Amino acid sequence: MLDLVSDRGVTVEEPQPENSPLAVRGLTVSYGQKPAVFSVDMTVQLGALTAIIGPNGAGKSTLLKAALGIVKPLSGHVTVFGQALEDQRARIAYVPQRASVDWDFPTRVIDVVLMGLSRQLGLLGRIRARHMARAMDCLNRVGMRDFSDRQIGQLSGGQQQRVFLARALAQDADLYLLDEPFAGVDAATEKAIIGVLKSLKQAGKTVVVVHHDLATVTDYFDNVFLINTRKVAEGPVAQAFNAETLQATYGGRLATAQIDQISRALG
Amino acid sequence: MSGAEFVPLSLTPLLIGTFAAIACALPGNFLVLRKQALIGDAISHVVLPGIVVAFLLTGTISTWPMMLGAAAAAVVAVAMIEAIRRLGRIEPGAAMGVVFTTMFAAGVLLLEQTDTSTVHLDVEHALYGNLESLIWLDATGWSSLLDARALAGLPPELSRIAATLLGVSLFTWWLWRPLKISTFDEGFARTIGIRTGVLGFALVIVAAIAAVAAFDAVGSIIVIAMFICPPAAARMMTNRLETQITWSVVFAAISAVSGYVLAGYGPLWVGGIAAVSAAGMIATMSGLILALTALFGPCRTRTGERVST
Amino acid sequence: MLWDALTLQLGYNATLVAVGATLLGVSAGVTGTFLFLRKRALVSDAISHATLPGVCLAFMVLVAFGGDGRNLIGLLIGSALSAWVGLLCMTWLTRHTRLAEDAAIGAVLSVFFGFGIVLLTVIQTLGVGRQAGLEGFLLGSTAGMLWADALIIAIGGAATLALVMIIRRPMMLVAFDPEYAAAQGVAVHRIDLAMMGLVMAVTVVGLKIVGLILIVALLIIPPVAARFWSERSDRVVLLAGLVGGMAGYLGAAISASAPNLPTGPIIVLVSFGFFAVSILLAPVRGVLAAVLRHLRFQRRVHIRQGLLAMAQDQTIYEPLTLRLLRRAGLLRADGVPTDAGRARAAKALRDEKRWEIVRADQTHEATAALYDGLRDIETVLTQDQIDEIDRQIGGPQEVRP
Repeated sequence: MLDLVSDRGVTVEEPQPENSPLAVRGLTVSYGQKPAVFSVDMTVQLGALTAIIGPNGAGKSTLLKAALGIVKPLSGHVTVFGQALEDQRARIAYVPQRASVDWDFPTRVIDVVLMGLSRQLGLLGRIRARHMARAMDCLNRVGMRDFSDRQIGQLSGGQQQRVFLARALAQDADLYLLDEPFAGVDAATEKAIIGVLKSLKQAGKTVVVVHHDLATVTDYFDNVFLINTRKVAEGPVAQAFNAETLQATYGGRLATAQIDQISRALG
Repeated sequence: MSGAEFVPLSLTPLLIGTFAAIACALPGNFLVLRKQALIGDAISHVVLPGIVVAFLLTGTISTWPMMLGAAAAAVVAVAMIEAIRRLGRIEPGAAMGVVFTTMFAAGVLLLEQTDTSTVHLDVEHALYGNLESLIWLDATGWSSLLDARALAGLPPELSRIAATLLGVSLFTWWLWRPLKISTFDEGFARTIGIRTGVLGFALVIVAAIAAVAAFDAVGSIIVIAMFICPPAAARMMTNRLETQITWSVVFAAISAVSGYVLAGYGPLWVGGIAAVSAAGMIATMSGLILALTALFGPCRTRTGERVST
Repeated sequence: MLWDALTLQLGYNATLVAVGATLLGVSAGVTGTFLFLRKRALVSDAISHATLPGVCLAFMVLVAFGGDGRNLIGLLIGSALSAWVGLLCMTWLTRHTRLAEDAAIGAVLSVFFGFGIVLLTVIQTLGVGRQAGLEGFLLGSTAGMLWADALIIAIGGAATLALVMIIRRPMMLVAFDPEYAAAQGVAVHRIDLAMMGLVMAVTVVGLKIVGLILIVALLIIPPVAARFWSERSDRVVLLAGLVGGMAGYLGAAISASAPNLPTGPIIVLVSFGFFAVSILLAPVRGVLAAVLRHLRFQRRVHIRQGLLAMAQDQTIYEPLTLRLLRRAGLLRADGVPTDAGRARAAKALRDEKRWEIVRADQTHEATAALYDGLRDIETVLTQDQIDEIDRQIGGPQEVRP
């Protein structure tokens, strides 16, 4: 009977959790009386670009936040590079969704990027020329070098998003988690961001992105994780991202025409 | 005015007022940026019940039990506000309003029920303090600053507020980076391992200590004004946190000095006979500074979009 | 003694105070509700503190023109004027500078209050010797309240209440969704100012009884207490009026029943009593109800997750899950599922599979939205529909416990 019904969603080529940069087991998170994420297992593959995909309110951001300990789960546990989250914090960089900071805060672009170096600087360490140079280099990588002296609120949405990516780069982490980095940004920013993400992958880093644009999944990512409160499917794009899994993820909410279009694109 | 007159009568109140103003303005910067400015308001209201309870427990009007009582009341108030906000799902402003008015009412009631005729303990004193009376009688002039015997007669409020200012400055300096990061972006702060809950509570406790020490010397009305007005005025001057802190210290000092001088000598200039409340005047001056920066400050308008809470 | 007070038999003055306090409580509770629902409760703190300079200036003007400095109407007009100026300053700061509302509130309240204190000390130095009444405005003083004073409070309270009733609809609209209200052609800024004007009226009326520091409590505590009992805004308004009125009445009566019980603080403490009962015991929003609900919910989640793990022979690590499963008789002490446990686990797994079909099927879209990992499928689908789904799944039929 067990092989008849696979409950936990399709998992293609189950990677070993011990080596995984981020492994989640039995995670349930609820806001109030409705679980946003229910009993989810996730195993992120080392050195890959992974997209977390699902409809609005499917628990994508919540999964990421719970994995980072920003929201408290009702049950389940998380390991990062096979160890407890607290011991591995220095190896994670997180880019939050745009809305979660105080844009009116008195701080310049370069100060924001320098925040990424705070673990390295410690409480009282002085910011020296090499820290400054590193922050400027990170800004350069996202094409924001010329804006270093602006107040953060004076930038456009896409520019702000790039600054936060630069901050994550400054952290020099091994695992990068990005929450909807492409939401509402201009084409130039999207291009800059995906360029940086691909270069991170080339440098052997692991990148996980909450993503909502189904049309770009095959171009941008190696792996997908489909979620709608429960896990639906997990694995390489070529296998786990298809009409069947999308139908299961989006149900009636995704027009059949759209799914057809994507399956055609997938060949 | 000669040193022989200035040092005994005006030097210590000026220093105490300035130190108190700066000690409140420093944590005030973070409270204002965190949209918690009214925590200062709440704390300064609950100081009264704390002091009355301490008096009832010890039976004396000595300083340390009272300061402990006031600090304890501040902690109780903050804990209650958090509890009501979270458990009752009530917005923070209303939760604060429930707590500090209730505790203040309890303080007034206890005061009425207690025989305080033998001690100097009343609501008016709690509100406006008595900065003017903190004089240094042992001083004879500037030379007294080097005279150990005269220095021993300095009002104890001076050393207390100086120690508090030192403590508050150390706290701000030591935890500068985590405070800045967690105020700007709490989610990010948590991902790099900053314990934002503990830090936020520590900030409120430091604010409470500053409030209690300042209250001891200058009354609660200055405390609220100094938590909010100098940082708010400083925010209109710059877009850098480091510079904002500097401006807030300058504004706090200007408010304290000009307020004290105007309260003491202003009435004489316009033909009055006696001085007016220095505490009230300091608050008024900080308001004037805020008004000027709100009208002319280079960074007075918003840049980013408003944060929805 | 208390009984006498409650039945208004403690004499003329006590009766006046009780009637005045009740009316004040009702109008403060009702007015405060709109402020609270607009999430601007502490604006009342700025307004009330901003009355002080006006009271002092009115006193000085009255004395300068040879009148009686304690003339209540004169003082109240002065307080209203300066509260209005404070309100405009606060609104200007939030609209035209980068200051958030909380900072603007704090700035206005401390600066106006500080200036008021300066004026109070000026009055003291004028040597008129009649300023004693002014300190009473800080904490209220009902001793020696006159018939005329009570009349002013009664008329003021009733007029405020009537005004609230007239503009309650636009105020509620603005409190609920200011952007929608603006789209509907409601002048949001004006309605806000009108709301603040009403708060100011309540404050001014309440100065004599509870004083400017504690009037805030009457504007905030009854609405917050009332909110726990109803999800309907009109009921919250009525309940807040009721709580405020009862607090005013009971507070005044208790205060009259013994010496050294100042009216203002007692009224505040009585309203806090109502609040404490509400936050703890209210049926849906109360803390007790919420804690019970959360524990029940957590239990369901853990049992369900445990059952799914059992059905797939996965090891359960969560100690809480294990404990709950054992307690429910689904798991033996040695970690082996009982027969009942096995049956429930199989059913849970099958339900998950059924849900999977439902959620992938567009014809079940409305049902699929109800999925939360916990809901029993029988509660949303008919037996026929379930049979149809089971046919799609195929395989063995479910094991009935």
